[in-house]
Amino acid sequence: MSIFIDENICNGCKGLPEARCERICPGNLCYRRENTKAIIRDQSACWTCACCVKECPVQAIELRLPFQVCSDGSSLKARLKQDKTIWTVWDAEGHQEEFIIQARSWKGD
Amino acid sequence: MRTLHIDTDILIVGGGAAGCFAAVEIYKKSPACRVVVMEKAHIERSGCLAMGLNAINAYLHSGQSPDSYISFIERQFEGIIRKDLVYSIVQGLNDVVKDVEEMGLPIEKNEDGTYKMRGKRSIRIFGERLKPILAEAVQKTPARVLNRVVATNFIYDGTRVCGAFGYGIRNGMFYVVRAKTVIVATGGASGIYKPHNTGEARHLIWYCPWNAGAGYAMGIRIGAEMTSFENRFIALRVKDVNAPTGTIAVGARSKQINARGEDYLERYYHHLGGNKCLTQHRLLATLEEKKAGRGPCYLDTTTVNEAVERKLKEDFLNMNPPIILLWASRDMNPRCKPVEIQGTEPFIVGGHCQAGYWIDKERRTTIPGLYAAGEVAGGAPKKYVSGSWVEGRIAAATAVKEIKDAPWNDIDNEIILGEKGRVLAPLTKKTGISPLDVRERLQKIMDEYAGGISMNYTLHEERLLEARRLLTCLKGRLKDIAAADNYHLVEALECVDRIDVARVLVEHLIYRKETRWACYQTRLDYPEKDDSRWLTFVNSIYDPNTDEIKMVERPLNS
Repeated sequence: MSIFIDENICNGCKGLPEARCERICPGNLCYRRENTKAIIRDQSACWTCACCVKECPVQAIELRLPFQVCSDGSSLKARLKQDKTIWTVWDAEGHQEEFIIQARSWKGD
Repeated sequence: MRTLHIDTDILIVGGGAAGCFAAVEIYKKSPACRVVVMEKAHIERSGCLAMGLNAINAYLHSGQSPDSYISFIERQFEGIIRKDLVYSIVQGLNDVVKDVEEMGLPIEKNEDGTYKMRGKRSIRIFGERLKPILAEAVQKTPARVLNRVVATNFIYDGTRVCGAFGYGIRNGMFYVVRAKTVIVATGGASGIYKPHNTGEARHLIWYCPWNAGAGYAMGIRIGAEMTSFENRFIALRVKDVNAPTGTIAVGARSKQINARGEDYLERYYHHLGGNKCLTQHRLLATLEEKKAGRGPCYLDTTTVNEAVERKLKEDFLNMNPPIILLWASRDMNPRCKPVEIQGTEPFIVGGHCQAGYWIDKERRTTIPGLYAAGEVAGGAPKKYVSGSWVEGRIAAATAVKEIKDAPWNDIDNEIILGEKGRVLAPLTKKTGISPLDVRERLQKIMDEYAGGISMNYTLHEERLLEARRLLTCLKGRLKDIAAADNYHLVEALECVDRIDVARVLVEHLIYRKETRWACYQTRLDYPEKDDSRWLTFVNSIYDPNTDEIKMVERPLNS
């Protein structure tokens, strides 16, 4: 598994013509099923680029590594702010680490 | 299925670094010029910049001259580069970086406002959102962006490119975009060779898996001259997650060590330059260590402190989030365990190496009306993202200038119907070969007979001739490929493009009878570098009428 979409959190970006992950996935992998929840059509085609993870406004998507390359359950989520990105990493024991990183210059408009 | 006709002055195929920059440039130079950008995914997060970027590795710091820069690249590529192209890139690097900074990219600076030197030709950026920043700049222009439209072929009347065909993967429309000039700015080619991982991890590869070489293949199919496909690129990267080793080597001053903890470059490869060796020799040495039973090899991160570890993680979140997951798994913290590295499968790219269209200094290809920039433009290796921006700028200037001489040709309806039929054929078949089967067959052929991972990247004539034969057979099976939906249709089109690229690649590999670049092009039957014979470009021209690939040589000072 490369991304995990929590269907209890996903709201399908109701009201938008496409779910945000569907709009952004560079591999055309995410889509909205019957106008409700987003799913990934093929886990084995995921590049683990995390674009959908960043794009999801309710943090329903987390990044994981395929079991083949890592048998522990670490995971990663992101929140985009106007000029920074906030990342949360959970390690194999469930410990949490947060990173706040500048992502674009503040133009003060 | 509906056909949508669009007329424009300039069509840009591929909305990546070079394509986005070209669109912005055209608006600056000629605001009334109509521009269409055809993009396979969504320009906000497509192609190799989708994950982000943490450094710009082509920049001219003060105290460096264009000449010293060109000498560096010439040495890295064993004497074969297009100096005229590299020179034009070096001249523009600092201006384009400044432009992208003004678009909103944060760059690490000194107190006096100059960019902090990360390496000799490198600066540190906070580029998690580099692609959205570029896309936003495009969206501020009147350019019409066709997201989720896959380019399938150029519209070509035998003398001039006058647009491109595309398929809308969301709306199922067939696009006929007529243009006075066309800039091809797509990505390179991944998925030609079998990767390390299989099954659910098959796309954990270094280069964007959806860069399937469409821009190359479209040019090949109309007989555009291509150069240096044999100069393949194989990246030395963090095992499985393919994070760049440079981030660690530069950020933590980590040494490459073997399984015995030895600084193997210095100890066993001093004759190649030790720790100062060429990029290709770092890869070669790592491979030799594996063969000698001293692998796996690592970057020694165990000496870094917590602050450096955190900085490394921040840099990687900007460029390669999966390594953070690797480091968060059991006993994999980089301060406790060195980071394992290995070579990837080979890729065909013009940004790290120099495979691509044969172009002149103004970025004209050999086909009138068609200009190339970025990854698909050949002869200028190590241009990376900033060099691609410069090429986008140059190609834009030429394309704008030459609009006025361009004829407005009508497109024969037969040509449109023919292409539409070709593109949609896989959807009309209820049963047939799956795109996945074709891709796996291609990757197996290339792996075993054209120097993939299982052959330690080595090549020789007998195997290459078998690759040639098998690829011809595989191409013959493409008529039986079936796709159930649009998603699989795109995969089918990718198979067609990859096979066209692979066939040209194999001819290049057969033709260069020497070993010029370690691992990238290692010939077991011609193990020496031969400057007296091969200090020359190997180029190819495909003939669509005979299905033959003609090889030609071009002198270094072309």
